Amino acid sequence: MSTPLLEVRDLRVEFPTRRGTLVAVDGVSFAIAPGEVLGVVGESGAGKSLTGMAIIGLLEPPGRIAAGEVRLEGERIDQLPHEAMRRIRGRRIGAIFQDPLTSLNPLYTVGRQLSETILTHLEVSPREARGRALALLREVGIPAPEARIEHYPHQFSGGMRQRVVIALALCAEPRLVIADEPTTALDVSIQAQIIQLLKRLAREHGTAVMLITHDMGVIAETADRVAVMYAGRLAEIGPVREVIHAPRHPYTVGLMGSIPKIGAGAGKRRARLAQIEGAMPRLTAIPPGCAFNPRCPRRMERCLRERPELLAAGANRAACWLHG
Amino acid sequence: MLAFILRRLAQAVLVMLAVGLIAFSLFRFVGDPVVFMLGQDATPEDRARVTRMLGLDAPFYVQYARFVGNALQGEFGLSLRQVQPVSRLIVERLPATLELSLCAALLALVAGVSMGVYTALKRDSWLSQALLALSLVGVTLPTFLVGILLILVFAVLLGWLPAFGRGDTVQLGWWSTGLLTASGLKALILPSITLGLFQIALIQRLVRSEMLEVLRTDYIKFARARGLSDRAVHFGHALKNTLVPVITITGLQLGAVIAFAIITETVFQWPGMGLLFIQAVTFTDVPVMAAYLCLIALFFVVINLVVDLLYYAVDPRLRIERGAAAH
Amino acid sequence: MRAALERIWDHDLAYRFRRSPVTIAAAVLTLVCVGAALAAPWLAPTNPFDAAALSLNDAFRPPAWTPEGSAATPLGTDDQGRDLLSTIMYGARISLGVGLAAVLFALVLGVSLGLVAGYVGGRIDAVIMRVADVQLSFPAILIALLIDGVARVALPDDRHGEIAIPVLILAIGVSGWVQYARTVRGSTLVERNKEYVQAARVIGRHPFAIMLHHVLPNVMGPVLVIGTIHIATAIITEATLSFLGVGVPPTQPSLGTLIRVGNDFLFSGEWWITVFPGIALIVLVLSVNLLGDWLRDALNPRLR
Repeated sequence: MSTPLLEVRDLRVEFPTRRGTLVAVDGVSFAIAPGEVLGVVGESGAGKSLTGMAIIGLLEPPGRIAAGEVRLEGERIDQLPHEAMRRIRGRRIGAIFQDPLTSLNPLYTVGRQLSETILTHLEVSPREARGRALALLREVGIPAPEARIEHYPHQFSGGMRQRVVIALALCAEPRLVIADEPTTALDVSIQAQIIQLLKRLAREHGTAVMLITHDMGVIAETADRVAVMYAGRLAEIGPVREVIHAPRHPYTVGLMGSIPKIGAGAGKRRARLAQIEGAMPRLTAIPPGCAFNPRCPRRMERCLRERPELLAAGANRAACWLHG
Repeated sequence: MLAFILRRLAQAVLVMLAVGLIAFSLFRFVGDPVVFMLGQDATPEDRARVTRMLGLDAPFYVQYARFVGNALQGEFGLSLRQVQPVSRLIVERLPATLELSLCAALLALVAGVSMGVYTALKRDSWLSQALLALSLVGVTLPTFLVGILLILVFAVLLGWLPAFGRGDTVQLGWWSTGLLTASGLKALILPSITLGLFQIALIQRLVRSEMLEVLRTDYIKFARARGLSDRAVHFGHALKNTLVPVITITGLQLGAVIAFAIITETVFQWPGMGLLFIQAVTFTDVPVMAAYLCLIALFFVVINLVVDLLYYAVDPRLRIERGAAAH
Repeated sequence: MRAALERIWDHDLAYRFRRSPVTIAAAVLTLVCVGAALAAPWLAPTNPFDAAALSLNDAFRPPAWTPEGSAATPLGTDDQGRDLLSTIMYGARISLGVGLAAVLFALVLGVSLGLVAGYVGGRIDAVIMRVADVQLSFPAILIALLIDGVARVALPDDRHGEIAIPVLILAIGVSGWVQYARTVRGSTLVERNKEYVQAARVIGRHPFAIMLHHVLPNVMGPVLVIGTIHIATAIITEATLSFLGVGVPPTQPSLGTLIRVGNDFLFSGEWWITVFPGIALIVLVLSVNLLGDWLRDALNPRLR
């Protein structure tokens, strides 16, 4: 791709603890093009959220970026001083978190929180900020925005709140939005609406989205490309159709196989849900070589010794010696 | 909202009546109520008159009702020790206690909140560690020891500040204030610190722990993710959310301050209601005890009510209007 | 036996204890204070309550390291010629005794009421909690003062001396039961719905037996933490009441009484009568507090 919007190279996030250093994200590399939606999937604890937090500079101490680079439009941002990073947040990179109820300050009106963010980043008058806030509320589909702008967060339902959160993340017009499990806390019927909203806004504003989730259905609907994470490492990355229908990494294969498909197996032969044996290793007990090797049905002798890099595998890239 | 206020008012009245009952029992059954009303040297005619007036052979609830009626007019009889109307004594002493208490409470709020915010934001600085150690001391030391220590250092050793009394006061109507004279202000310093130290330590720890909790919330994370300045995040968002529970707890503590004034006034011989009460207990001066009880109960009940209302005013989540449910 | 000791040594609590030098110091100090106080009759150089042995000539002697001091009275003497060190040890004994007794009283009262309120529920629960709420809105010291004052007023003067200490214990105890009751009630409400309680009820055990044998052991954890903190508060309350003159009778001075006595002589230069008992009180309370703090942190699952 031409100059990627975001480039992550060999990112390594560590947590120093009393019993030694935990590596939560280990050598992850990927890029996001302008306007693209990159899905990042994996089980809980695979390191997806931490990657997102590392990119936007919100890792909680003692967590820290131990190695690697993060580049936004070509410039390095992972080692910026505090104030410079603050200016990037919201203005160039935005973020959305999982629970809309706890994401909003209960003591301020929605309008106040919107205006505050707008005024922080854009040189406009308070009145203009309020006008923009109104327009944003309208854009994310909140009915009667003139009245609602004076309401407090607890006066909105879950889905409406998440729309407000999206409005807040987009109000300073960032080029990239990191969405960390944006629909997990919502009812299934609302999930679809929110996903549609995200897609539409991303398209209309040309915003790239890093969509972190464990829900493959959401990814299939929304993403252009998808990255599969396992035990803090990248297992596979590629166009979404390819990864779903022709996965190249045994873990991805297992993942796709374990998704229930309605109507699979006609008549008497109903397909069984495939399971991956075992569980993802804890951060303190990652095996040498390929992290997936204890559970891999296709493992070879090499997998036990050498950790695979991302290798070309058809239209995707997979960290697996099958393609070495 | 209205229902809420009415309910709390009803509760308040009930508490006052209960306290009144205790005070009345003290007055009526412990010692001689006629003596309480008239003093030791009363003529037989006066005694007969008062006995009739008090209706001492009337049923219990009638006497109680009369007591309440008298109390509402501020009539508590005569102090046994000072042979003066209790109401006059109280009016004399009230300004001293109120000035001291308000001073201490204000000091505690300002110092406690600022120290609490500092130790929350700058957790690892040496000043924070020092302040935390200091607050541990403040919570551990009994109030009277603090007072004695301050007297030892600042009055006995250094001689900078007075150890006893209120200094010169100025009379404004029925209120006597020490705030308008230099000696009055100097006399306020040590007692205020003594009375306020426990509160300072309490508020500081409360603010610190609340703020640390708030700083861990999602909305603070989201505020940072939106690129809001440190000042906006720490003071506009975190502090405001921290202060909501803190202010209400502090308000409730005001009642405790007025009660703890008893100790401080004893140490510094401060001519307030607390000293009056202790002297009354030591001398079994029942009318004064009964009056103090009712007055303190009134303070507490009023303070509790105001704090409840304050909570309502400050936290929008509590103002659930009918019909405006989440949609 | 050895295995059991090893288990205790390796237990999480003991581990944290060993790791914290402050706590070890606090524990040692507490042991010293408690030991000295309890053993006062045998350890103290003199018996300060033996009126016959007192002589006013000995009064106001300063500590041993000053020119007028004497080694027989290492911390000096008070206004009646009593050796201060001995008086402090006896006084600490009384302070500790009253404090512990009051806490025990409050604990038993509060836990019982809390158990009943949580287990039985309904009207009883409502009444108990109402009283608790009302009492909570008044500071404990005021309540203690009240009870003490009322007892003082209600009882004839001559019986005062003997009754004073039990009344004091009652006063401090009653002013502090609410925190136990509330905690225990909360835990009881949770435990009541658990299966082992249901099983006991099905078997037909008497409610008291269920409360005592089944529920109680499971709700005692936080109670112990509250108790350790409460000891310090109780000691301070006793000292304060004695300082105000409404605590222990003057014939059995506690640390608070000593401080009160000494307060009158601050300006005339006999500082030791107040300062040493004051230091003793601070050390006692501080070490108990630190122990309680450490215990609370160690038992708090969230901080692990």
